[in-house]
Amino acid sequence: MISQNLLIVLTAAPLVGALIAGLLRNRIGRAGAAAVAIASVALSFFASCVVFYQLVWGGAPVFNANVYTWLEVGKFSIGIGFLVDRLTALMLVTVTFVSLMVHIYTIGYMREDPGFQRFFAYIALFTFSMLILVIANNFLQLFVGWELVGLVSYLLIGFWFHKRKANFAALKAFIVNRVGDFGFILGIAAVLYATNQLGYGPTLDYAPVFAHANALAGQTITVVSGHPWSLATVICILLFIGAVGKSAQAPLHVWLPDSMEGPTPISALIHAATMVTAGIFMVARMSPLYEMSPTALSVVLIVGATTAFFMGLIGVVHNDIKKVIAYSTLSQLGYMVVALGASAYAAGIFHLMTHAFFKALLFLCSGSVIMAMHHGQDMRFMGGLRKRMPITYLTMWAGSLALCAMPGFSGFFSKDQIIEAAGASHIWGATYAYWCVLLGVFVTALYSFRLLYMTFHGKPRWKVVPGLHEEEGAIPQPGVLPHEPKESPLVVTIPLILLAIPSVIIGWFTVRPLLYGDWFKSSIKVLPGHDVLAGMGAEFHGALPMFWHSFYSAPFLLALAGFAVATYVYQFNPRVAGKVARALLPLYKLLNRKYYADYLQYNLFAWGGIRLGRWFWKGTDMGVFDGAVNGAAFVTERGSRVFRRLQTGFLYHYAFAMIIGLILLLGGLWYWGLT
Amino acid sequence: MSIPESWYIVFATVLFCISIAGIFINRKNVIVLLMCIELMLLAVNTNFVAFSRFLGNPGGQVFVFFILTVAAAESAIGLAIVVLMFRNRRTINVGELDSLRY
Amino acid sequence: MNHATLQMACFVVFAAVALGAALTVVLAKNTVHSVLSLVLTFFSVACLWLLAQAEFLGLALVVVYVGAVMVLFLFVVMMLDIDLEPMREGFIRYLPVGIAAAVIMLVEMLGIIGIKAFDIQAGPNPAGESNIEWLGEALFTHFLLPFEIAALILTVGLVAAVALALRVRTFSKHQNAAAQSAVRAGERIRLVKMAAVVAVAPAPAPEPAKEPQA
Repeated sequence: MISQNLLIVLTAAPLVGALIAGLLRNRIGRAGAAAVAIASVALSFFASCVVFYQLVWGGAPVFNANVYTWLEVGKFSIGIGFLVDRLTALMLVTVTFVSLMVHIYTIGYMREDPGFQRFFAYIALFTFSMLILVIANNFLQLFVGWELVGLVSYLLIGFWFHKRKANFAALKAFIVNRVGDFGFILGIAAVLYATNQLGYGPTLDYAPVFAHANALAGQTITVVSGHPWSLATVICILLFIGAVGKSAQAPLHVWLPDSMEGPTPISALIHAATMVTAGIFMVARMSPLYEMSPTALSVVLIVGATTAFFMGLIGVVHNDIKKVIAYSTLSQLGYMVVALGASAYAAGIFHLMTHAFFKALLFLCSGSVIMAMHHGQDMRFMGGLRKRMPITYLTMWAGSLALCAMPGFSGFFSKDQIIEAAGASHIWGATYAYWCVLLGVFVTALYSFRLLYMTFHGKPRWKVVPGLHEEEGAIPQPGVLPHEPKESPLVVTIPLILLAIPSVIIGWFTVRPLLYGDWFKSSIKVLPGHDVLAGMGAEFHGALPMFWHSFYSAPFLLALAGFAVATYVYQFNPRVAGKVARALLPLYKLLNRKYYADYLQYNLFAWGGIRLGRWFWKGTDMGVFDGAVNGAAFVTERGSRVFRRLQTGFLYHYAFAMIIGLILLLGGLWYWGLT
Repeated sequence: MSIPESWYIVFATVLFCISIAGIFINRKNVIVLLMCIELMLLAVNTNFVAFSRFLGNPGGQVFVFFILTVAAAESAIGLAIVVLMFRNRRTINVGELDSLRY
Repeated sequence: MNHATLQMACFVVFAAVALGAALTVVLAKNTVHSVLSLVLTFFSVACLWLLAQAEFLGLALVVVYVGAVMVLFLFVVMMLDIDLEPMREGFIRYLPVGIAAAVIMLVEMLGIIGIKAFDIQAGPNPAGESNIEWLGEALFTHFLLPFEIAALILTVGLVAAVALALRVRTFSKHQNAAAQSAVRAGERIRLVKMAAVVAVAPAPAPEPAKEPQA
């Protein structure tokens, strides 16, 4: 039995830590803030582990209860509650573990930053928000967590608020997320509508909504008159729009690469491991609803596949080390979404977990490199760091191999299953998705090894100018360093090693229970007709046979091809890259400009928004409203000039007016009658 | 009693209209204006008395009683104001009472 | 001439007197004549009320209005030294307007009321023998609270009239009886402390003896 108090401690500890670190930051100092925040998250991690143990080995039942009634409107009530099943438990452990690693790493990374305590307050607050999100037992609490992580994401992207680019990136992330959240909250409203309409009361709790999901079948909703739409499809697509925003799927992906303006630990925690996977988690949580709508599943599948392949391609041409990893994150999120679309929710969550480890690792490694390069992020001015930063080098290799799904690494088990699931799915669009994720493997290997080669191998493309005056937080000229780059301190490398361990091995013993066991049977519901994992399970004989078998499979060969191409181009013959770029100039430009997505969105939406705003400002606000207000004042003033002549101050004039009014009133009564 | 009700009503109406005319004609003299108001109240009271009698309801006569009360108070205060006004301005000509004029 | 005819004749006479007196109120040159005509109007109307068997109100009208209010009017008119000429200005000019307004109103009112609708004969007197009993019963049961409030209004009117017209003359020599009664023994004598020895200036020449102080 899971104790409710334990869950409260688990959730609230980071909040308390955040409040102490944030509000008392000058009282307790840098070390105090770090200690409080780390202790609170460590407590949370420990509690998560206890919950996980109780649930998996302790035989505890699923915990689902409200601890507090938030609001009541008639028959409709919303509580603050906890739903802890195995899906939640897995997320709790993953989130708190990565968060803890990032907290520790931050001590080293933010050592010289004046906003040290503020940063700890923010990331502890983020951990709290994320816990609220995953532990929610109703849609509204989920939405609260959803918005809270968005808020903290905004705060952290714009953490260096004196940088214009960071401010714009923060705003962009917030606004783009707003688009998604609009869909999300409409989806929640649609759920409420559906529950009310179908007679199991207006409710937003998961349990009744999922239990009655079958009732959605065949129901329609008429938004545009004359066109009844399937209610399940409307709900699922609206909710998925929220996921598209939060998990940065095309076409709302544009905020994620820009969010790299934030500090690197944030990129690791929020924009790789946890927050962006909230969308994946949400869709998996809503699996009973999504199973009711094959149309929505197709949409999910196609959006995910498109993101997985095409966003990966962009990563091949970028030179900013963090942007490359950011596009890789987009691509991997696309893989997870494909898994969801193919009804292999478990595979999506599995990839979410392994990705959280190896992508956080990659980001933290890149942060380590960036520290060594004195906040230079351009890979064209790196190279040859292999000998100088051996731990970072090795852990980054481990992370990259996991990312490329090299057999044996954690990413292999999850990604391979997604590709297989996409191949096995019969849903509309599955073939397209299959080819996208398959070719995505090649692309992934290409940009991963390109990054490794450009950063760690080859000759150094930076030079050391001793005594160089170092400005605040950045080098004056890329590739010029005041002293030799050196390995990062222990607080940085220990989290790297701790993250590298699960990145390498966790797949071996989780693939069977997560995908082919009954791990998720209480959380995820799949219709027999969609259940691709069941079919794959028949051919699954354990992790080791899967490992051996993979050497003959297409994904491995494609990854190997990517590795070979990257090795040839970036290790042995760097000129080829330029030649290819020139030969395929239009394609190169297309990728370098990120498919003109920003351009299009700017010109279509932002420009339109600006024009609309200007029209409202000049036309409506200044014309109509200001005109009305000023006009009212003008009319009053002019009118009173005229009407004050009536106020003669003579008693008999008022008496006359009264009598004349009486005469008129009587005349009216006489003419029109009394009744 | 053999007088029809309409006689009373016509009488009261005529009285009322005479006082209206009085307000128009004697527009400058506050005291006559006050007297015209008394006439109006008298006309209204006559109506009340007549209706009370013809409908057999004492309410009308009670109401007249109250109107008399209030009217007495009103004329007492009105005349006090007139006295005060005369003491301060040496006139009761309404035409000269224009301090509140724009 | 039977009883009914006599009553109707009385009504016509009193109504004619009342209206004529009312016209005099409005048209008289001298304000004193207006007030006296108003007294006549009240008398006649009181008679009309008596004809309507509202004996109490008819008598109250005579006692309260003729006896008190109209005397007050007369008193004020005579007390104030009013120059009547400027108040008559525009009298002729506004006469047609006033008559027109009055006539229009009369026509409208009669048109609205529809005299025929009320041309009903009265039943037996609901008051029975005693109008005062009938009225008093209503007044002290249903209308007790308004009755009390009326008393309050009269008191307030009295106080207000006194307060408005009262003039405190600061220069007049009058005794303040309240202050005299409220005085305490300790306030009658004021003891002043002084130095026992006062430095005296060099003695001036002895003044001539003054007459004893009053």
